[in-house]
Amino acid sequence: MNRVVDVQQLNVRFPLDGGRWLSRRWLTAVDGVSFALSRGETLGVVGESGCGKSSLGRALLGLVPIHSGTILLNGARVDGASPASLRRLRRNAQMVFQDPSGSLDPRMTVGQSVAEPLEIFEPGLGSSEVRSRIATALEQVGLAPEHADRYPHEFSGGQCQRIGIARAVILRPTVVVCDEPVSALDVSVQGQVMNLLARLRAELGLAYVFISHNLAVVRHLSSSVLVMYLGRTMEHAPRDELYDRPLHPYTRALLDAVPAPEPGGKSRRLPASIGGELPSPLSPPAGCVFASRCPHAQDRCKEARPALEEARPGHRVACHRWREWTGGLAPRPDA
Amino acid sequence: MNRSRGLWADAGRRLAANRAAVASLVILALLCVLAAVGPAFSAYAPDELDWEMMGVPPELGSGHWLGTDRLGRDLFVRTLHGARVSLAIALLATLVSLLIGVTWGAVAGYAGGRADALLMRFVDVLYALPHIFFVIVLTVVFDRSPMLLFIAIGAVGWLTMARVVRGQAMALMQREFVEAAIASGAGPSRIIFRHVVPNLLGTVIIYATLMIPQMILIESFLSFLGIGIQEPLASLGNLIADGAAEMETAPWILLVPATCLVIIVFCFNFLGDGLRDALDPRER
Repeated sequence: MNRVVDVQQLNVRFPLDGGRWLSRRWLTAVDGVSFALSRGETLGVVGESGCGKSSLGRALLGLVPIHSGTILLNGARVDGASPASLRRLRRNAQMVFQDPSGSLDPRMTVGQSVAEPLEIFEPGLGSSEVRSRIATALEQVGLAPEHADRYPHEFSGGQCQRIGIARAVILRPTVVVCDEPVSALDVSVQGQVMNLLARLRAELGLAYVFISHNLAVVRHLSSSVLVMYLGRTMEHAPRDELYDRPLHPYTRALLDAVPAPEPGGKSRRLPASIGGELPSPLSPPAGCVFASRCPHAQDRCKEARPALEEARPGHRVACHRWREWTGGLAPRPDA
Repeated sequence: MNRSRGLWADAGRRLAANRAAVASLVILALLCVLAAVGPAFSAYAPDELDWEMMGVPPELGSGHWLGTDRLGRDLFVRTLHGARVSLAIALLATLVSLLIGVTWGAVAGYAGGRADALLMRFVDVLYALPHIFFVIVLTVVFDRSPMLLFIAIGAVGWLTMARVVRGQAMALMQREFVEAAIASGAGPSRIIFRHVVPNLLGTVIIYATLMIPQMILIESFLSFLGIGIQEPLASLGNLIADGAAEMETAPWILLVPATCLVIIVFCFNFLGDGLRDALDPRER
């Protein structure tokens, strides 16, 4: 069985304070997202802050309440699972967090932090066995076994992220959710951590859900990319397809926002037309959620919600006007 | 407590650099040793009446180094005995309120929502009881005993501790390492006792240190009112009550136990301040 993650029509909602049960208002963080992922693959999830990409990642591990839809993790249901069975699911699905040092308990040694999943899921292990597993995990992420006895504050951000990765892979999970794992790191360290993640994926046959606000970061690792806006899927396509032939104006704007790698090269900021802020997720617009900032929006965009249609094989886009604004299926003009 | 490295070692170093705190620690240690073994060096027992020497002022030659009270009991021995009783009650009560309060507060802070509301409203209700009246009623219904006093004091202490710990625990639950532990598959008890409690221990130690002098003061206050420790047992409270009656004619009977009380409270407060600086959560 190759498919390790299967998400159908996922909705994640958070209750807002103040309202009583019947009149309670809800904030919809993820709205009707679907995707599937096999071993060795990586899904890049991209969007601005507040678009629900972190909620999507947390829902996969059952860390946030799932309102509707289904999630299958290695064939087991995450939605509607009891707390005990959720905990069992986490044996095969772990997470790497954004804040490298914040995700490590300051009162625990590195070894204790790395060994925690092991203690929980394999409590019968002898201490020498635990030590050798810690050493293996630390070596896998490029740290020395001696580091196990030190405390997190003695390490740099990049090293802490390696420790967090060691903790995530010590149980040999099948899925690892990476929530902006490199956005708190220096650019030089980002590359090292990305290469480490790529190596571990090859060595351990992992599947990643890689969450980022930066399309350039995701490109390196992803096999496919899902672009989110206000909780909804805007575009979902295999990597090269998405980067070479974006069909959604929002994806296009995000791509244009990536600075050119060489100085003097073509570097463009977000076009002026996509200024402004995200609409409030408390009262999402009736039609296309991106219409308020879209340079190609027309009246129908503001009235009817576009369906997620398969424009090309494996390439899904939620835009009424993708044919018109891209001029059929022309490649990116400047690609 | 923990392996003597990392954050605890850093805190220890900072505490050692704080002269007032170190001096307080030394004085408290000396006082505890003195309270434990000191009376053995005196020729007198705490309830022994010296008919020849009633109400004599402090004098080294007489053998009554800090004088005697109206009944001829040696004040040095009685004060040390009183300090022993007061310290023991305060330490025990603090320990008990620590255990109850930390568990109560950590569970409330972890659970949140309705469980939290239920647990904390219970604390609020107990808080609203007028404690002194409550203790007086208890002493009327039951016998006056150190045990009762101890329960009465402990009942006050753990409420504050539970509130402090609950607030800290709620803040800790928002930290990413707690979410990381949950994502790793940790269950509630592991989250509470392996992650939340160790991380709020610094705050708890500070509050406990500052709570001990309060406990001593409450004990002294109740004993002063005559509903705490009873004669012939000595506590700092009833010694001060004794002394207050003779204040104009024999001031040393008041001054000796009062000085002892002030030194203890003072030192604990200084130590608590030092610990707060050393374990300051803002630095992390």
